[in-house]
Amino acid sequence: MFAALKSKENWQRYFKSLKFSLYCLTHPIDGFWDLTHEKRGSYSAATTILVLAIAAYVIRLRYTSFIFIQVYWEDLNIFMYIASVLLPFILFVVGNWALTTLFDGKGRLGQVYIATCYAITPYPLIQFPLMFLSNFITVDESEFYSAMYVISIIWVLFIGILGMSQVHEYGFGKNILFLVATVFAMLVMIFLLMLFFSMVSQGVAYFISLTKEMLYRL
Amino acid sequence: MRKGFKRTVALALSVGMLLGMSLSSYATTIDRSYTYNYDYWGDVQDSPDMYSVCKVFTSTELGLEKRLNSPQGSCVVGNLLYVCDTGNNRIAIFERTSRESFTFVDEITSFEGSEEPKTFSSPTDIAISEEGDFYIADKGNARILKLDKDLNFVQKFTKPIDNSIDKDIVFQPSKIAIDTAGRVYCVAIGINKGLIKYEADGTFNGFVGATRVVFDFKMYIMKKIATQEQLNKMESFVPTEYDNLYMDKEGFIYACTGNVEADTLKAGDADSVRRINPLGDDILIRNGVYWDGDFPVYGDLYMGNGGGYSGPSKFADVTVFDNDAYVCLDRNRGRLFAYDDQGRMICVFGGAGNMDGYFRNPLALEHMDYDLIVVDQLDCTITLFTLTDYGRLVFGAMDQFDNGEYAKSGKTWREVMKYNGNYDLAYIGLGRAYLRQKDYDKAMDYFELKYDAENYSKAYKKHRKEFVEDHIVLIVIVILALFLIPLGIGRIKLIKYQIQISDAFKYNN
Repeated sequence: MFAALKSKENWQRYFKSLKFSLYCLTHPIDGFWDLTHEKRGSYSAATTILVLAIAAYVIRLRYTSFIFIQVYWEDLNIFMYIASVLLPFILFVVGNWALTTLFDGKGRLGQVYIATCYAITPYPLIQFPLMFLSNFITVDESEFYSAMYVISIIWVLFIGILGMSQVHEYGFGKNILFLVATVFAMLVMIFLLMLFFSMVSQGVAYFISLTKEMLYRL
Repeated sequence: MRKGFKRTVALALSVGMLLGMSLSSYATTIDRSYTYNYDYWGDVQDSPDMYSVCKVFTSTELGLEKRLNSPQGSCVVGNLLYVCDTGNNRIAIFERTSRESFTFVDEITSFEGSEEPKTFSSPTDIAISEEGDFYIADKGNARILKLDKDLNFVQKFTKPIDNSIDKDIVFQPSKIAIDTAGRVYCVAIGINKGLIKYEADGTFNGFVGATRVVFDFKMYIMKKIATQEQLNKMESFVPTEYDNLYMDKEGFIYACTGNVEADTLKAGDADSVRRINPLGDDILIRNGVYWDGDFPVYGDLYMGNGGGYSGPSKFADVTVFDNDAYVCLDRNRGRLFAYDDQGRMICVFGGAGNMDGYFRNPLALEHMDYDLIVVDQLDCTITLFTLTDYGRLVFGAMDQFDNGEYAKSGKTWREVMKYNGNYDLAYIGLGRAYLRQKDYDKAMDYFELKYDAENYSKAYKKHRKEFVEDHIVLIVIVILALFLIPLGIGRIKLIKYQIQISDAFKYNN
């Protein structure tokens, strides 16, 4: 483990793959093809981007000017808040992979994960400077903020859609179709999860009441 | 979407929480203070009392031989209080002889002149002009009377002859206000096109300030498919009528209505209180700071069932102080809502009940300076509220700010803060005082604490300008450096590269 961290070669590969995400920003089709087929991306770099994106998502609450984001801190659960993006992300990756596997998509689970992570690069890339910038603008200039914010989201969606088509080697129409289908797959998964959790909770409740009953009788 | 996921996680956590369920029952009976405020988030914040009951006057304490019977209207001129004793068909006049006493002076039961009948029938409101003329809404006799100060009949205002008013409807003027030119504005029962406006000579001059009618798509569909019988059962689709009005010192009319629904209020499609200019437009300022946009000026934010009361606050009367702060009287829950000239909530107090300071059916609200007088129709009492030390500080700070004494105002707001640390107005007031004193840093701090983005931006703009002016040389140097250094590095690299590939140096090496 530590030996791997000390290896200079590993670090170089890591930074090279991380740097490759910047290439994907501007050359999504070419970039995402190379990302998976030429193994230009890596899990470590993908996870780094994901962590950075989540960090941006959380940190912006505190360091964006209150003009743009007001947080009711009393009600904020940081784990819930992180889960509110991380869970859809995982659901998307798994759902997309599960669906496309059935319809001759070429991407493997790992590749879908890497591609999705690389696709969200614009988010931290724009959000961090935007967070800083927001403290220097007034209400009248708030359009700058909202415009940049929207750009960061649209950029993510744009390269995400293109990236998925490259990973699965789909045409444009088929790609869109399966992205829409993925949303439904996510909903199905949510439904199953809720079903599962409510059944588990009822099961637990059953045994708890059973134990209580027994304790009273004994 | 995001909420859906949160719920999923919540479900997951609920499995774990199930075990600790028994621990989560904490005390739910929290004693609320008599006075409260809503903060930026709409949370109820307890507050020290701004007003306290000075005294509750019953008929006996007022020195009346004939007990008050269902009083519905009132009017204050100087230190005289005129109360419409509707049930007894008279106007009772009281004088405020000291801080906490009203003494009965006189009563008006009839007048002289050519008009018949010479007595009143259910008079519901009275207004008094600067010349001392009385305007009385004689509801039962379907007329508004103008009497001179010796109670001689001058003229009357009757049901307007107009196509827009149903000829069969009985004219019931319930509330009136007069402007300095002698024009009469009237709220009449069953007439919902706005306030009836009479010229000084008694001619009807149209309606002002009609309430907005909201087009409801659901209603439209319903009307298309419903049968005639169903349509008849449906509530007629009409604008709401006003309940009361008040002419402020600038000649604008504050009109309030209790005919409001929770959903339209929350959607911003209806107003409980309006400030109407001569053109009939609503010009009430709603600049309050609230997480969901402008601060809603419709009384209680939470309209759920509680203690037998439900629905939104129903404003029965409104009164406006000299500093443009206004107080609305909610007959639903018996509360008084005070707002400042920017539409920010100053305080809420009162309630429904039989104790002093609580009401059963309060219908009229007046003010004497900053003291408030509430007439309760069911209790037949007159409640006098006076400012507490805390209340005096709050209004003092506002007045000082209006008078341009910003440093003093800031100091007073700081005093207010000692009484009530959860008071948004104090922080914003202090911020505004600092802003006027050109102490932008501190102003920004205080605005940020209470999320006042507008004022913060004002302060920040000034602060930024000052900063740029002070550091202009440094800024220019940094910008130049940002451009020149990369440019220079590029140049040097280019030269190095050219040297490297240049033939001239190749063989010399």
